[in-house]
Amino acid sequence: MTDAFRIATRRRAIHGWLLLSPALVMLSTFAFYPSVATLWASFFSRETRRRPSEFIGLNNYRFLFEDPTFWKVAGNNLLYAGVTIPISIALALVMALWANSKIPGKSFLRTAYFTPTVLPMIAAGNLWLFFYTPDIGVLDQLFGLVGLGSMNWLGRPETSLWAICIVTIWKESGFFMIFYLAALQTIPPELKEAADIEGASRWTYTRRIVLPLLMPTTLFILVNALINSVKLIDHLFILTKGGPSDSSKLILYYIWELSFAFFDSPMAAATTVLVLAVLGIVAALQFGLLDRRTHYQ
Amino acid sequence: MSDPFVELREIRRQWDGKGGVRGVSLSVPRGAFVSILGPSGCGKSTLLRLLAGLEVPQSGQILIGGQDVTHAAPAARGLSMVFQSYALFPHLSVRENILFGMKVRRASRAAQAEKLAEAVAMTGLEGLEDRKPGALSGGQRQRVALARAVVAGHPLCLMDEPLSNLDAKLRHSVRRDIKTLQRRLGLTVVYVTHDQSEAMSLSDHVVLMKDGAVQQQGAPEDLYTRPATPFVAEFIGDPPMALVEGAALGQGAAQIGIRVEKIERAHVDDADLVAQVEACEFLGGETRVLLGHPRARGLGLILTGRRELAEGTAMGLALPDEHRVLFPAPGGQKDPQQNYGATDRQTAPRDGRKAPSQQTEEVSR
Repeated sequence: MTDAFRIATRRRAIHGWLLLSPALVMLSTFAFYPSVATLWASFFSRETRRRPSEFIGLNNYRFLFEDPTFWKVAGNNLLYAGVTIPISIALALVMALWANSKIPGKSFLRTAYFTPTVLPMIAAGNLWLFFYTPDIGVLDQLFGLVGLGSMNWLGRPETSLWAICIVTIWKESGFFMIFYLAALQTIPPELKEAADIEGASRWTYTRRIVLPLLMPTTLFILVNALINSVKLIDHLFILTKGGPSDSSKLILYYIWELSFAFFDSPMAAATTVLVLAVLGIVAALQFGLLDRRTHYQ
Repeated sequence: MSDPFVELREIRRQWDGKGGVRGVSLSVPRGAFVSILGPSGCGKSTLLRLLAGLEVPQSGQILIGGQDVTHAAPAARGLSMVFQSYALFPHLSVRENILFGMKVRRASRAAQAEKLAEAVAMTGLEGLEDRKPGALSGGQRQRVALARAVVAGHPLCLMDEPLSNLDAKLRHSVRRDIKTLQRRLGLTVVYVTHDQSEAMSLSDHVVLMKDGAVQQQGAPEDLYTRPATPFVAEFIGDPPMALVEGAALGQGAAQIGIRVEKIERAHVDDADLVAQVEACEFLGGETRVLLGHPRARGLGLILTGRRELAEGTAMGLALPDEHRVLFPAPGGQKDPQQNYGATDRQTAPRDGRKAPSQQTEEVSR
């Protein structure tokens, strides 16, 4: 090995690290370090004025599993994810297929579908508060027209979580539609023509050609939707604050409460660690299982 | 000639009165190989799409096998199509691509396997059945598209510039495959191309189009030896026909065309024309001498062996009467006195050449 070669190799390595360093620094500071610190904090007891914080191992996790509220909130979040993810993805696909066809006013249609995405979640929450409010809300006014009585959508434990789900679907599907729309536009029109000549119906073409070609997009959206189902809780602050009696409380809102309402940051840390672990496992499963069955161009 | 298998009657399809096809009639006998030839934008692809049912005509009638299919769905017309871009389904294997139509039509498994083996053998794709199109070369992809077209067993096959995405060498081999397939299966093929040599070598019948209308149709040798218009004369053949102003030869016709290989060398004193050497192209067995004359374009002379002639050398040419094609002045559209000498044919691409109308525009500049 010549000196010149060694210097060139070293220079390449240095360049590589230099290019890597901004991301490395940012991610370490704002993602890796906080994650590890959270994990560490979850092993300590809550600090009070009398008792200083002490290492209690996995006790926080044990308390958590014994806490019925935690299970209630986890169940809520599962239902929330199970309802909002499939429905918003299916709606997004249908809207994209429609907005991609040759119809008059399709740019208006696309804009209309995309508008909820542009709104901040808090604004969306206020908007839907105006829909849901008993007696004076838009929904009640409409139901009043057909002779149905007043309904407190957000104030009843049976309906509050469903009302939250609807807001999320409304908010998310337009966003996912944009991805589907972009993916649909990369499918060459000749494929449709070739399928037409072979006698494939519109449904066969969609099922056998379009859906498989959209799989990479679906996978991407699925991961995003899953993360959002845990991450997106802004509207809870406006609409229900998790109530009534925890019926619409989601896990991240619960973490926020533990940490900033009950000032029990070790418990909040333990819950966060659990959420991170579950999300990580699910994302790995999604990519591992679906990736093999997905065709990338 | 038996009664026509495919018949187009006064087909018209235009977009805001522009482009497309204006009143084209065509009849194709069963088992014929018909090329639709023309420069880009002449409407040849539109014509094919109208025939396939991917486009609906504004007026006119389309008959296939004696039935009026003008408004029938593509699948109801009993035809298959090969696209320029192959139009293979990227997520399906070669086998699934070929069998897509049969699966849609719910053919039995045995029939599928039999047809697949047949089509794969015919197109030389053995051993590639499980590959995705992305793992195939351009030539192989086009063979898959051919196999997909063949496997349907339709008597009519439409091809939209199937070779233009392939490199020159592959083009020749796939071209031969297409011809062999067509002969063996007795297919009726309508083949769209902008490459006159493809059209000439493959087809029984050539339809030359320009600006949405048919300029001339007939057997390849008819178009070659007896072009109906100067456009045809210059589009067909490599090199294209030389065009000389009638006055320069003392004849009444506006233009006189002659094939370069029919031009003979003559002594300057008793020559029909005296032209200047512009360049010599050595082609192996012969040398093509490109000549310039102020009142002619595309003049050339073919000499055997290798010749080097200095630029500007005066050459006497004899243009035998029996090989001259006379073109009367077109109904006042063109100026018969246009200055042909300035047209520089050498700069035009030899293959897939542009329409001469574009060149005359360059002249007038």
